[in-house]
Amino acid sequence: MAKVDFKVPAVEEYLKTPELQPGAMAKSAPFKAAPRHQEALGFPGELVEDWERRAVAKLADLLKKYRSLRVHLDACVKCGSCADKCQYFLGTGDPKNMPVARQDLLRSIYRRHFTLAGKLFPRLVGARDLDPSVLEEWYGYFHQCSQCRRCSVFCPYGIDTAEISMAAREILDEIGIGQKYCNEILGKVHTLGNNLGLPAPALANTLEGLEEDVKEDTGADVRFPLDVQGAEVLLIAPSADFFAEPHIDGLIGYAKVFHQAGVSWTLSSYASEAANFAMFIGNYEQMRKVALRIRKAAIDLKVKRIIVGECGHAWRVAYSFWNTLAGPFDFLDPRYPVPQHIIEFTHDLIERGAIKLDKEANDHMRVTFHDSCNVARATRMGARPGGQFVLPREVIKASCNHFFDMAPETIGEKTFCCGGGGGLLTDELLELRVKGALPRMQALREVHKEHGVTHMAAICAICKSQFSKVLPYYEFPMETIVSVHQLVSNAIQLGKNS
Amino acid sequence: MTAAVALQDREVAVDEEGYLVNLSDWNEDVAKTMAADDSIALTDNHWEVINFLREYYAEYQVAPAIRVLTKAIGKKLGPEKGNSKYLYELFPYGPAKQACRYAGLPKPTGCI
Repeated sequence: MAKVDFKVPAVEEYLKTPELQPGAMAKSAPFKAAPRHQEALGFPGELVEDWERRAVAKLADLLKKYRSLRVHLDACVKCGSCADKCQYFLGTGDPKNMPVARQDLLRSIYRRHFTLAGKLFPRLVGARDLDPSVLEEWYGYFHQCSQCRRCSVFCPYGIDTAEISMAAREILDEIGIGQKYCNEILGKVHTLGNNLGLPAPALANTLEGLEEDVKEDTGADVRFPLDVQGAEVLLIAPSADFFAEPHIDGLIGYAKVFHQAGVSWTLSSYASEAANFAMFIGNYEQMRKVALRIRKAAIDLKVKRIIVGECGHAWRVAYSFWNTLAGPFDFLDPRYPVPQHIIEFTHDLIERGAIKLDKEANDHMRVTFHDSCNVARATRMGARPGGQFVLPREVIKASCNHFFDMAPETIGEKTFCCGGGGGLLTDELLELRVKGALPRMQALREVHKEHGVTHMAAICAICKSQFSKVLPYYEFPMETIVSVHQLVSNAIQLGKNS
Repeated sequence: MTAAVALQDREVAVDEEGYLVNLSDWNEDVAKTMAADDSIALTDNHWEVINFLREYYAEYQVAPAIRVLTKAIGKKLGPEKGNSKYLYELFPYGPAKQACRYAGLPKPTGCI
């Protein structure tokens, strides 16, 4: 754990609404993208001269394209329901991290330029002019929103804060102010196919190593196929699954499941990334370009199905947007869901008795489940509403004997973000990430005390990396966080289906 | 935005996160100076990690997966050291990022 130059919030018995600390996070901002990161995506390299005009024109363009954005900007009545629902407000006490206040940073500019009252009597209706200080405020605070949409669950009008944050980031990119973390990564996806910048030979080498490891551990010849034409399934995993821990244990789990199910599968070196950071920056063209790589890989490899690995926002993009971004997927086998989540795939095999799990293999763990924000609030799994909450839990419960849920107001559709989503998983935002994790840490502490919970499983690469990093600040070991398919991997009986 | 690491005889440019701007600027002094700035004195075991990272990068143009690294270190220093816990003891800010920085590799990016 690195040295701390901020105060880690105290975890108390109950989650309290913090005392207001105006300006507490005013200095928090991620590194800005260099001109080369910006230009690779077609954005201006640096702040353009006529930025004010172009920012307003971009907002006009977005309002025209997305009628929802206009509704979200018009509808707020300042009721305050959202105020204490954001993990970043709860963790930092900065009033601008109340979702309503963060939205108002954009809403005030919208009112000035797009409403009659704001044009005539700006001060009466909270309208203001764009100036450089507004841009700084936007950049700082719209990068203190993880676009998790917890606030939207509590908003009586269903205002989607994420959409407002995405719009603000899109406007900033348009005038030459980009975020280094997201934009550098998107450039790597366009050139190398994944967020990590992992070239094909490195990926092949990593996968070969995993085959050796699994052979050594289990004696079974579990394969990790790459670029195999004619495989039944193309697996699209987050590239963190090839690199980080505990992600890679989840990847091993997927491979064992495919092996035991006897379903041929492949990874693609061209589309070796499930994540689509273009969603975080609100840019449709970029999102489409990233999604089209997956379509191309599926066609080139002549697969019949696409399955998505444990990656939260990837599942949102796949489930909600792929069809219009990169569809139609009429070349895939219509008898299977398009796309399908690895949890759905494994869950189906368990239900049919097609794989056998020995729960005792995980008896050293007492497990809880962190619902990832994008899976929870933007997608579904299986055929029934709420399947995105039920199926992962059923897979966990089939893999281990000791499962305990955290407090109901912190899971399911009301789940808290891990604190690192939406393009915030970068080291310079560590203070924000640690503080934003407070509500989840509080809920985890509770089940740890009450039920002796030792591990928290998740199905999102960002959640896993974020928790590995922040758990030690709250005196939990970093190994507390595990992949759901890591539990499956421990429990699955290879070569023994009957 | 660039900053610099001051060596005895020259300065080398690093980015805002402390990674070398030009990878060819690296030599052992760079690693030692960066580590000293973090109050870490590099031991032989640190060097095993740094050297492996550099060899792997030379071959694959990317940092190795944590598991590849732990396996290689386990082979060199003994199985009890082939785990990420040990690597975190050597590099408290994380083997992927801190060790790559000392080794003169670019920062690994993504959901890690």
